[in-house]
Amino acid sequence: MDTTKNLEEIFQSKIDHEIKIEPKDWMPDAYRKTLIRQISQHAHSEIVGMLPEGNWITRTPSLRRKVALLAKIQDEAGHGLYLYSAAETLGITRDQLLDELHTGKAKYSSIFNYPALTWADMGSVGWLVDGAAIMNQVMLCRTSYGPYARAMVRICKEESFHHRQGFEILLTLSQGTEAQKKMCQESINRWWKPALMMFGPPDEQSSNTEMSMKWKIKRETNDELRQRFVDVAAEQVKFLNMTLPDVVWNESTGHYDFGALDWDHFWNVVKGNGPCNKQRLDARIKAHENGAWVREAALAFAEKQKIRQQSQVKTA
Amino acid sequence: MTFYDYIIRLADNNLILGHRLSEWCGHGPFLEQDMAMTNISLDLIGQSRSMYALAAEINSKGESEDDIAFLRLEHEYQNLLLVEQPNGDFAHTVLRQLFFASFQLPLYQAMLQKLQGMTEEHFVTLRGILEKAVMEVTYHKRWSSEWVIRLGDGTAESHSRMVTAVNELYRYYGEAFISDAVDDAAVSEGYGVRPEELKAEADQYIDDIFRQANLNIPVDTYMQRGGKQGVHSEYMGYLLSELQYMQRAYPNASW
Repeated sequence: MDTTKNLEEIFQSKIDHEIKIEPKDWMPDAYRKTLIRQISQHAHSEIVGMLPEGNWITRTPSLRRKVALLAKIQDEAGHGLYLYSAAETLGITRDQLLDELHTGKAKYSSIFNYPALTWADMGSVGWLVDGAAIMNQVMLCRTSYGPYARAMVRICKEESFHHRQGFEILLTLSQGTEAQKKMCQESINRWWKPALMMFGPPDEQSSNTEMSMKWKIKRETNDELRQRFVDVAAEQVKFLNMTLPDVVWNESTGHYDFGALDWDHFWNVVKGNGPCNKQRLDARIKAHENGAWVREAALAFAEKQKIRQQSQVKTA
Repeated sequence: MTFYDYIIRLADNNLILGHRLSEWCGHGPFLEQDMAMTNISLDLIGQSRSMYALAAEINSKGESEDDIAFLRLEHEYQNLLLVEQPNGDFAHTVLRQLFFASFQLPLYQAMLQKLQGMTEEHFVTLRGILEKAVMEVTYHKRWSSEWVIRLGDGTAESHSRMVTAVNELYRYYGEAFISDAVDDAAVSEGYGVRPEELKAEADQYIDDIFRQANLNIPVDTYMQRGGKQGVHSEYMGYLLSELQYMQRAYPNASW
């Protein structure tokens, strides 16, 4: 009992002194669990997040856009890989993590349960969805768990590139034909509020925030991040000559108000009732199941090669 | 115009195969291979872009790479039937890649030899494109060879899937090595390669890989042909419908 208390004190003191926690360090079970939940959720979001954009790969309007979109989605696969590896340092395997995704036990960001309906959505996803994600992720570069923080540094660099790329897609549309401008505004309208809800429920309803702040897994609250995102986006949208629905400058607070968010709908999407929850999960399960024979064959072949090499060594 | 036609053919193969591979993105058998297929797709589409841009430049009709890539009719695309075949399962995809890379790599290498010492600007540009592409295609060939061997010599299931893929795709392997008037003209202009001259090397390579993979080359196969002359399989129209959708729905817009 005393030893545990002592370990906990050492742990909290490292956190308080901004010393990273590393895989072999002692950590409270709840810290480990919280991190596995959060990192795996993040990894799954990268992988499921490949699907809505993947929906446009074969229909990009130019070759330059095709190459950029493919490269972007490939980056997301890479992010998924680093994050699964970071989670594995906490004592869970990639197979277990995938299993939790496929059985619905693990969550991923609900934003990817919305459909990508127009080419402009490739811009909105980059500008708003990646933009909202970056707000969270920049904070995570300083998170207390070493492997996660280091993975996030690399991820953030690529994400900010995606963010600019998305904005540039919209900027091109905003300077184009009437049909393109309309496509641009319609897409922004559709993604805006779901993007705001990416920061999670309001602070007073967020069950995980308090402990995560104490452990410096999170370093800012949902509401703080959300407001900062709104204030930045409200300025950026001016360059597009477009508008953000329900966003108004509030002289007295010095911030932009963004109107009411429909949290009932948010929780419905989290629970599986979003427009694409079923399609996204089905697509992941299908890819995994269709790939089973390939993974088995690769293992069987590697095993055969090992035996062949061993018998070669013996005969030599 | 021969040079233009010859380059367009090379580019069309790259575009259409790159497009097919891009359909795998997000759906691969596991993450590492999902990324590998996207890489190859990016290489091929990248090659097609450089080649279309070069073709547009020598044609000097003010077309862009996208005009050529997106705005032709089906019969104007001159890619091989092989590259437009659907992805099928992973066995089909890796075999299609092996067949194509076994043709493309020696073709590029032979072209580079012919282009050596040619000083006209478009030849110099093409040489630059091919020098970079050779490095990429060397990897595509190695990647696909390793997978054909691994799957052919893996489990009973992966072997039987490879056999099915061979039986379905081998008939599209041969078209690459049948020359026509465009090839003949390009040969006589000095930069073109007679594809028949590449066949022995490619056959031998495939033979070697198949032996390691416990696979047999089907006997008495009639090689399907037509893509090079614009007579495609029924799959092609659907592929182009997706590829061209935005350009057709919103003509004359910038993206």
